Order: sequence, then structure tokens, then C-alpha cells
Amino acid sequence: MRILVKLSTTLRDCVPGYDAEAGLSLDMPEGTSVRELARHIHVPPEEIKIVMINGRQSEGSDTLRDGDRVALFPAVGGG
Amino acid sequence: MFRFLRVNMAAKTCVFEDIPQEYAGLGGRALTSTIVAREVDPTCTPLGPHNKLVFAPGLLGATNSPNGNRISVGCKSPLTEGIKESNAGGQPGGHLARLGILAVIVEDMAREGEWWQLEIGQDSARLVPSTVGGCNNFAAVEKLVETYGKDCSYITIGRAGEYKLTAASIACTDRELRPMRHAGRGGVGAVMGSKGLKAIIVNPEGGRNHPLVDEAGFREAAKRFARALAGHPITGKGLAEYGTAVLVNILHEAGGLPTANFTVGQFDKHESLSGETLNSLTKERGGEGAVAHGCMSGCVIRCSGILPDKKGKFQSKWPEYETLWSFGPHCGIGELDKVSRFDYLCDDFGVDTIDVGVAVGVAMAGGGIPYGDADAALKAVEGISEGTPLGRVLGCGAATTGRVFGVRRVPCVKGQSLPAYDPRAVKGVGVTYATTPMGADHTAGYAVTANILSCGGKVDPLKKDGQIELSRNLQIATASVDSVGLCLFTAFAILDVPDALPAVVDMLNAKFGWKLTGDDVVTLGQRILSTEIDFNRRAGITQAADHLPDFFEDEALPPHNTTFDISRDELKTVFNWIEEK
Repeated sequence: MRILVKLSTTLRDCVPGYDAEAGLSLDMPEGTSVRELARHIHVPPEEIKIVMINGRQSEGSDTLRDGDRVALFPAVGGG
Repeated sequence: MFRFLRVNMAAKTCVFEDIPQEYAGLGGRALTSTIVAREVDPTCTPLGPHNKLVFAPGLLGATNSPNGNRISVGCKSPLTEGIKESNAGGQPGGHLARLGILAVIVEDMAREGEWWQLEIGQDSARLVPSTVGGCNNFAAVEKLVETYGKDCSYITIGRAGEYKLTAASIACTDRELRPMRHAGRGGVGAVMGSKGLKAIIVNPEGGRNHPLVDEAGFREAAKRFARALAGHPITGKGLAEYGTAVLVNILHEAGGLPTANFTVGQFDKHESLSGETLNSLTKERGGEGAVAHGCMSGCVIRCSGILPDKKGKFQSKWPEYETLWSFGPHCGIGELDKVSRFDYLCDDFGVDTIDVGVAVGVAMAGGGIPYGDADAALKAVEGISEGTPLGRVLGCGAATTGRVFGVRRVPCVKGQSLPAYDPRAVKGVGVTYATTPMGADHTAGYAVTANILSCGGKVDPLKKDGQIELSRNLQIATASVDSVGLCLFTAFAILDVPDALPAVVDMLNAKFGWKLTGDDVVTLGQRILSTEIDFNRRAGITQAADHLPDFFEDEALPPHNTTFDISRDELKTVFNWIEEK
């Protein structure tokens, strides 16, 4: 299945050559969880604070589906 | 040693007063709101002689607490017609506190057209004719520094304040004497202008840190608080590296980044305005740029970077997320340097970047400025300083601009514009916008934390469940934080680190010899809100004003296609400890 991954701030450093505009397009086996995907691209799951799948608040244990867009963020805040 | 300074602009008197018993133990927002509620007729004309302008550092001002030197500015707002507290960083808060001045109360008005400046020092205060009338903030401060020197701090208004525009701000100088930390919201600068007060010079010479009842206990508690801030990823690292701009990408992703005057929740050029871009561009341009810059003494969070221009010279501070949004996605503008220019102009003229940026987007929606045209928008904003008709309209904020241009979607509550989170996709902050006595204000109860940032728990931003309680608790806690003089960003650590709030309470107890507990912090927050709401009721602002404009209830926001569905009856339960008459 095809997954689009968007990374934020320090997590971008985990993926050399990460293209912020395009994100990362990956082929992953069916049933992959967010956490498994993170490990696959060498983003340490413990550094991920916020997960959004298709713009919705999600969890690391959630399973991805073909065509999903998943965004990973460390702890960030402002205001 | 602790006193009020009462300044009468008509009589030109400056009198130090002992602090009346009923104000004991209050600081910051608690003090400004209590003074305004007791001393100002709620029905008065905000730009008339019966309004008062109050400046107050917080309870932890002039101590070694991290991030404790903010200043609160209070009055009846000419924008909302209700009570206002707007707070700022920079140096004057700490300097006033060092002089033992817990509040400066400015009363009455000078004669129309006269400009005065207030010199405050150790045991001295006087009004003298201003030497900087007609100047905008940067030129005014530069001239004042020539006269008074680099060790003072400065509180000024620009021309927007002189023109008494209802989105005018009050500028405070940062550690490098740049007038870039503003009490931005609610038109407090117009009130200062109406009084004929152009500038306040605070000379901290001879001042000192406040005495502490338990010095060792204070030191220990301050260390614990500093540790909590340093150890939390947002206050310890994230804000320093990326500023508040880090929110651009996350709100885009969440579909809550209001775009094209609140018609879509995502902006295709978000990356060019992001914290990540700000960080890399600042490093790339080098020169006078800075990542991790603190705006006031004692700041350990350091969110206020400096953006250099292409030649490495100072261009402006890092625009805040709200500024990036208001002139950016809201206006269809994706060029960072143009937003930075907007930010600089707002600092210089002395206007709120939120209300004026939103006003520009509202003018675009009404056909007054071409949508997405940064140069046309900047030219219109420059008109604020020149006093052009369009400039004056924009300088009065989004509500006025919406009326002038006949716009259907005017994103305001109680006359004050919504900030940078669409309430249909971040419903908790929508509750805050609708109900806070300040008019739409994200900082009054920043539910973005649990809605989007997974900070202080998790509440689904697209659902109504839990939002009332979340907003209520945050509004109470925020009123207390604003009274202590702490930067609101310390709340990220306070929400997540179990020892952070006890450390703050222990600092207060060690300073004053009190025996407060965490529960007392809640009681204080409720008391402040009750005082503010009571003022608004007496001003004629009833509970019927506690709602969002109806287009948020009528129109679904892409991409999640949600509406704001928290009913007006449900919103009435936010302040559930107050009995409405």
C-alpha cells in the first residue's frame, strides 16, 4: 500500500534528504502500524508526540490504509 | 517599599500611594482587572477621561524566577467595550517591579493634541512634555535612548495610538531596546493615546529584587521550576529552535489553519511560512539573525528569534505564529519576507498584528484590497502611519473593517478578531473565543494544547465532547498565570510536569510567607474571571454576547467539513460558578 509521510521539525533530521514540500512516499505492507512505519524510516517512536492520519488525531498503534497521509510531530507548541 | 504610582494627566500629578488592603496579594492581571473593576465606571467612554490605564508587573516580577517579568496592561477596551487585560514581555515589567511599583494607574486626559512622557525612577516620577510626539515606535525609542540612556526601558505608542485607532497596541522594549514586545490586543494603545501619554521611561537604577520571606526556599523552588521548563521538550527546546511559528505546519495538517478569511482550513504555501523555514532561513542568512532569543531578563524559553534580511542585517523579530497566519494564509500570502515586513510595520506603528492582519483579510473579502496581493496589502498597512482613510479603517481592526466593506464573514467576538485557529476544527479554543470576557482571544484559554498538541491530555478537536470543561479549566489557570507575571508559555510545562505548578506555588509562598496550595490557584483564577465578567455585565455586555459569528455554525470548513456545533446554551455553562442575575 502507498503511504505519504510528512515529518516535522527535528524528525526531518532522521531522514537524510527529506523533501519538506513533497513529503516521503512509501510502499508498505498491508496492516503496517504508524509505529512500525516510523521504525522503518528510522524515526525513533519515543520522539513522536503527535500523530495525525489524514488530518485526524491518531495513535502510534493505529493501522494504516492504502492512500493514507500520516504526519508525525515531536512535542511542539507555541501560541 | 511596595507602592502604587497614580498619574493624573490633567493635573500632571504623580503620586506614590500605599497599597490599599483590598489589593494585597494581587499582581499582574489580577491587579489590573481589580483596579479597573473598582475604579472605572463600566459605562464610560473608553477614550474619555473616566477610563483608566493600569500597568502592573506580576507577583514574581523582580525575583529570580524564570520567565516572571511580564507586564499586564488593563483598562476598559475601546475595541470590545468590556474589560481588557493585555500582557507583554520585554523589560519594563521587571524594571517597574524592581522599583517596588506594583501598579501605575494613569487617569484623566491631557489637553487634546498635547503629548507627555512619564519619567519613572527610584522614588521619583514626573510628567514632562514629550520629545517624540508624531514618531512611530522605533524612532521614538531611538530618540528617547539618546536622552535617557541604555539602562532604562521604554513603553511607547506609535502613531496608531496617537490616532486612537481601536487596534492600537502599547510597545515595550526588549533587552536590546527594540520596541517589539507589545500589549497587542484590545486597543490599549488607543487608551494611552487618548490620555496624551506618548511614552513611559522606566529607570531601574537603585531598584532591587524584592525581599523574600524565605530566601533559601525561594531559591530551591525557582530551581525546580527552571528544571521543569528546561526538561520539557516545548519550553526547553522547541520554542527556542522554531519559535511559535512551529504551529503553522501542524495547524495546516490538522485542517485548522484559517485560510482566505475562514473559508478553508489549509493553506498550500504553509511550508514557506513555517517554523522550520524560519529556522533554516535565519541560519542561512546569518549576520544579525538569531535563533533562540529571549525577549526579557530571566527568560529561559527564548522563543523570540531575530530574522535577518538577505544581507544579514536586522529585518525584524521572528514573526509569531499569529502574525504569520493573519497576514499569511488568512490573506492568501505565502511570502515570508512580506509577512516579516508586515510584522515590523505593526511593531513600528503600534498595532495588534492579529486584529490588523485579520482586518486586511476581511478587506480582501470585501473587495477593498486584491486577495493574495502582498504589496497592495503592505501599502494599505503603511496608510495606518500616514493616517489615510483605509489605514485608519484597518487600524481599527477587523470588526470595523468588516462593517466598512460590507463583509458577511467577520470573524470577531465582542468586537475583537479571532486568532489563528479555526473554531470548527479546534473546537476547544472556539469555546474560549466565544466566552472569555476579553473578546476572541486564544491566550485566555489555550485549548489547542489538548486538542492538537497532546499537551495536558487529549481531547478530539473535531468533537464537542469535553471542550467546555477543557476551556473552563484553562481559562481559570490562565487568569492565575497572568497574575503571577509568568510567560504563558510556561503553561506547557505546568500542564505536563507534575512538579511545575507546586514549584510556582512554593515560590509565591517563599516570597510572601503565604501558605497557598494548588487549590488556591484555582480560586484566584475564578475570582479574577468573576471580577472581569461582572465588569462586563455592568458595562452592558450580557451572556448573549458569548457566541461565535453564525457563519461558524452555518458553514462547514474543509477539509473536515465540520461546523461549530457547541450550542449557545452549552456555552453558558463555562463559568458554572457564577450566578447570572
